Amino acid sequence: MAVTALWCDRCGNAATEGDHSPCAKARELEPPRFCPSCRRRMKVQIVPTGWTATCVEHGTRHA
Amino acid sequence: MPEILDRARAQVLVNGVGLDEAGVLEVLQLSDEHVPALLQLAHEVRMAWCGPEVEVEGIVSLKTGGCPEDCHFCSQSGLFTSPVRAVWLDIPALVEAAKQTAATGATEFCIVAAVRGPDERLMTQMREGVAAIKAAVDIQVAASLGMLTQEQVDELVEMGVHRYNHNLETCQSYFPNVVTTHSWEERWGTLKMVRDSGMEVCCGGILGLGESIEQRAEFAAQLAELRPDEVPLNFLNPRPGTPLGDQPVVAGKDALRAIAAFRLAMPKTILRYAGGREITLGDLGTRDGLLGGINAVIVGNYLTTLGRPATEDLALLAELKMPVKALSATL
Repeated sequence: MAVTALWCDRCGNAATEGDHSPCAKARELEPPRFCPSCRRRMKVQIVPTGWTATCVEHGTRHA
Repeated sequence: MPEILDRARAQVLVNGVGLDEAGVLEVLQLSDEHVPALLQLAHEVRMAWCGPEVEVEGIVSLKTGGCPEDCHFCSQSGLFTSPVRAVWLDIPALVEAAKQTAATGATEFCIVAAVRGPDERLMTQMREGVAAIKAAVDIQVAASLGMLTQEQVDELVEMGVHRYNHNLETCQSYFPNVVTTHSWEERWGTLKMVRDSGMEVCCGGILGLGESIEQRAEFAAQLAELRPDEVPLNFLNPRPGTPLGDQPVVAGKDALRAIAAFRLAMPKTILRYAGGREITLGDLGTRDGLLGGINAVIVGNYLTTLGRPATEDLALLAELKMPVKALSATL
């Protein structure tokens, strides 16, 4: 089941408020920084071929 | 043909003597219509004095964020409201990153830490990490750990770190506008120690910090005076929450002019594409830079931002018939 993002994972503001298309564009060359479920800042580790972003509450995302 | 290009052809291409600050400034002031001729000359200089090989490198952040310094471009400073959190990479992940880098054909793997200078914990992590990489991966290890003491320089040499990166970032006259927690001269001091130790010196900076064209020329001349083995050239990618977060990106033509100018100032150095090229130059500009003086690339991701997939850069190099420098050529 897909989970609706409550928060923008780049700027940390409410996903349903304001224009986040610049964030989406920037995210093509950035990992996420905020948990889309709770807005916590995530621990992000980047390696040459990928990244992981971990929220203490909602787990790890990776690419 | 502008006179400066004729002079550069005779002085730099034929004799291998780089342009001085005034010459670099003339190059940076060339109009757009002369940029193709400038890039062509810079490419000829690179081919004549460095050859067709391209040095490929991967970089990884061993310690991210929480830095006590205030470099105004950097999202890893703990003094700004950047969303980047402090995090350490463990040794197995470091070795895995080195393996991934080597698999791209890269000969260089640079371990970077966001610190003023290394403390004992970081030096211990480096000691273990470098040893683990050398035991598992056939790749040259470089490091970038901020300002060093002589003891730390000696220790890195002992570990087998063959190249040390410490960017001056910008020219001496503009540096106080960008960093206030340490001085340009302190950075220069570390670079002198690194050079004297026998490690290769990697020193470059970031264009687009708000410096003037004259200060860009000053920077090229100051780098040339250092005679670095490698110059990584970054273009500012404005980071949210930093004092330079709203700075405009460098225009593509200006970036290409700068690449060629730095090549004409330092005909024999390894001139590397580093961060920001994706947003400043895009795919087409990346190609133009490789045909305009660049002879090294960072492939894959950067420290806090993502790069193009390594496969795309390697395909471009193959298309341009630029062979990737082999490890045997670097030893």
